[in-house]
Order: sequence, then structure tokens, then C-alpha cells
Amino acid sequence: MSDDLTKRVIDCIAETQHLEAEKITVESSFEELGIDSLDGINILFAVETEFDISIPDEAAKDIRTVREMAEGVAKLVAEKASSGSPS
Amino acid sequence: MKPRRVVITGIGAISAIGRNVPEFADSLREGRCGFAPIELVDRTKLRFQQAAEIRGYKAEDYFSPKEATMLDRFAQFATIAAREAVAEAGLEPGGKEFRRATVITGSCVGGQTTEDQGFDDLYLKGRPRINPLIIPKTMANAGASRISLEFGVNGGVYTISTACSSASHAIGQAFWAIRQGSADLAITGGSEAMFSMGILKAWEAMRVVSTETCRPFSKDRRGLILGEGGAMMTLEALDSAKARGAKILGEIVGFGMSSDGHHLTQPSVDGPALALEAALADAGLEGGQIGYVNAHGTGTVANDPTEVKAMRQVFGAHADKLAISSTKSMHGHTLGAAGALEGIATVLTLRDGFFPPTVNFTEPDPECDMDVIPNEGRPGTAEYAFSNSFAFGGLNAVLVFRARDAV
Repeated sequence: MSDDLTKRVIDCIAETQHLEAEKITVESSFEELGIDSLDGINILFAVETEFDISIPDEAAKDIRTVREMAEGVAKLVAEKASSGSPS
Repeated sequence: MKPRRVVITGIGAISAIGRNVPEFADSLREGRCGFAPIELVDRTKLRFQQAAEIRGYKAEDYFSPKEATMLDRFAQFATIAAREAVAEAGLEPGGKEFRRATVITGSCVGGQTTEDQGFDDLYLKGRPRINPLIIPKTMANAGASRISLEFGVNGGVYTISTACSSASHAIGQAFWAIRQGSADLAITGGSEAMFSMGILKAWEAMRVVSTETCRPFSKDRRGLILGEGGAMMTLEALDSAKARGAKILGEIVGFGMSSDGHHLTQPSVDGPALALEAALADAGLEGGQIGYVNAHGTGTVANDPTEVKAMRQVFGAHADKLAISSTKSMHGHTLGAAGALEGIATVLTLRDGFFPPTVNFTEPDPECDMDVIPNEGRPGTAEYAFSNSFAFGGLNAVLVFRARDAV
């Protein structure tokens, strides 16, 4: 999980939530950022678009923190790279 | 429960001719037409060029950036109008009055403008995914739900979509709910924001939108002009409104509806006549007691003479004494918001003792031979007034208003 990837995830959250990116850290929980279930769905959409990945429903439902989101994204990005699918 | 009298204690409106009710009232009085070249979509791709857009509207003036992204423009207009009505009624968000309140709104297009953009991403730009907020933003009840959230409404909240009669049907249901006692307070009206390429191209293909301006009841009328906006009113039982010292703006005394059962888009005389008669019966009035009619008056070739025939059939000789006008000639045809915007125009007409004009009128049409108050409004008083809405699908709705001085 690179710093660059984490920053891009944070930027997605900041943009969809209209929050300042500086106020979001990898340790932030969605709860403390005031992100509810509908916000979460919107963030998933933004992250999927940013990284051109598809986050399965099963993986999405347990994400509660920025770290979990970034780790999940890193895994999907790595899977995409190894499968050699065109982005 | 004994039927209760139902009064209007707050009104709110945003349209091409005013961001609030005082501006709207001034425009109606001055006969100000809100049509201008379309700016919200690329009009070079359209046969018609004029529309009644809310120029310079910025969601951020009314909503936080995050709230704005959650609401389609039509739901924003619903909320803005509701805020003005509730404030005028002297009610505080979260107040106990909202516990037994109902929100009934009308919208024809709903959030289809948001949907149009999403489908453009999907089908045209070939994107593999579209924004999930399209679902809650597009739903026709998005405006009603937002109002319910903002004020803490716990009674029945729903939206009626019956094309151009949506808002009149909504107000009629809210009126009946309070009259029969199933709600004590209502926020009701309609809103519409239809300016997306997909929707405008479909209207173009219907060949009912004027390629110049909207001239209701005028012999050279060429069609309607589309307009966006929102209008809401608060309704309360007379006794409870008086008990809390609310200012009373007018009364709703009757509601009538009917279906042509005839044709999907071609109007009939019998259908509207039945709705006019039903409205009179519901109000317990005779035709001769009605002093003003805010007509449906779309300015299409088919609507206007049909509406006049229906009124002549119901009012008989009284039709020659009746003042009518189409305020659509100023704020445009706002589809599912029309009955609400025009309902408020009717409340203002009775309250202010001033009949608004039908503007852009050039030439009398023998087939529309009623007093349509051409081009210039005039002082005039009436105790009772109608507001007519006749929709595609053959659905008719007529509201009966009473002046506040008579309450």
C-alpha cells in the first residue's frame, strides 16, 4: 500500500464528502469523518472510477476506515496488474 | 370527525419571475415575462429557443456543497419553496406541529435531469459505472423526502406524478387530508426542473413547444414555453391555525378531479367540465360565485379553446362575466409544479385584489372568447377563484380558493 495510493483514496473521500484532505489521515474512521452508509456507497463509486477497479459488494460492506479502504484498493489494483487486464 | 376548514398559512415560490413570493407577486402584477434564450443546454440543437429558466441560480446560495450534490435541481426548488412557506407560517424546523404533518408534492419529470447525465456517461461516454446517487436523486419523491428530513415531518409523505396536474392533485389530496382530520398540517405543492437535452428533444418532437413565445388564448398562439421552478404552501385546519395565532393568507374550499377516459394527449371538453363541476360540488358553491380562474392556458392550439368550451359549459352565462388569465404566459409551463405556482398566483390574486394578466396576447380568437385579461393586469376582487390543471393522459384537477378576508 503506497503513500501515493493512500493519498488518492483520501482525495476521493475529500472530494465526495466536501472535506479538506488535510483533515483525513490513514487512521481516520468513517464514523469520525461523519461518513454514513449512503456516503460510503458514493465513495466506493469515486474510488472505483479513480482506480478503474470493481469493488465486490462482499468486500465493500466491511470497510470502516481509510486504512481498510486503501488496503482493499491496493489488493484489487495488484490483482488487476497481475491478471494483465487492460485498464 | 366533522369536516374542518382548511387555511393557507404560508406560501413559497421560486421561478423564472422571482426567487421568492414577493418577487413573484411583483412580476405577476407587472406582467413580467420570464422567457429568455435557453442557457442550461445547447440550444443550437433545438428547434425552440425560449424557456423560463431561473437565471443565475446557484445551488450553493441555498445548500452546502455536499447537500447540493445530493439533490437534483427539482428537489432543490421544492426545498427552497418549502422553506419560504414554513418560515412565513411561523413554524420552526423540528417543531411538534410536524409530528402530525403530511408532505404531498407533485412532479412530472422528477430527477430525470440527473438520470440523463448519468445515462450520457454510461451510453455515450462508455463509462463502466455511474454515480449511485442517481437513484435517490432521480426518485420523484426526492423533494418530498428532503422536505420531510429538513423539518422533521412524521406523517404521510408522498409524491403524485400526473403530468401537468401533479401539483394540483397533490394540493387537493393535502386539502382533503386536513379537512377529514388525517393530518393537522401539510406542506404541499410541486417542483420541476426539466432542462436536459434528452427531455427537451422529446418535447421538441411532441411539437407543442412554441418556436417563438407563449400566447395563451391569442389567435396566433404557437404552443407552450417550458419553465422550471417550485412552489409550496402550508395548509392547516382553521381552528388550529387560529389557536396558534398564524397569519391566514387564504382558504381552500374545494377540489375536483376527473379523467377524460378519451385520449392520451388530445384534450376533451367533457373531462375538464366534469372536474370543474366536481370542484364546485366539493366546495358547495354555484358557478356564479366564482370570480376569477387561473386557467390551465398552455397556449397550445388544442388546449385553450377546449378549456374555454369546458368553462362555458359549466359556467353558462356567467362565463361572460368571469375574468380568467394564464400566468403561464409569464412563468412558463412548469409541468408538475404548474398547479402549485398557479395556486399561489391565485392566492395572491384574491389576497391583493389584483387580477394578473395573460401577456404576449396579440389577437382575440373567437374560439377563446372570454375575458382573458390581455397584457395588463387590473384591480379586481373576488371571493372565490379556481385554479385549473389539465394534464396529458386526460387527467384534470381543479382547486377552489377563497379570499382571506372572507375567512
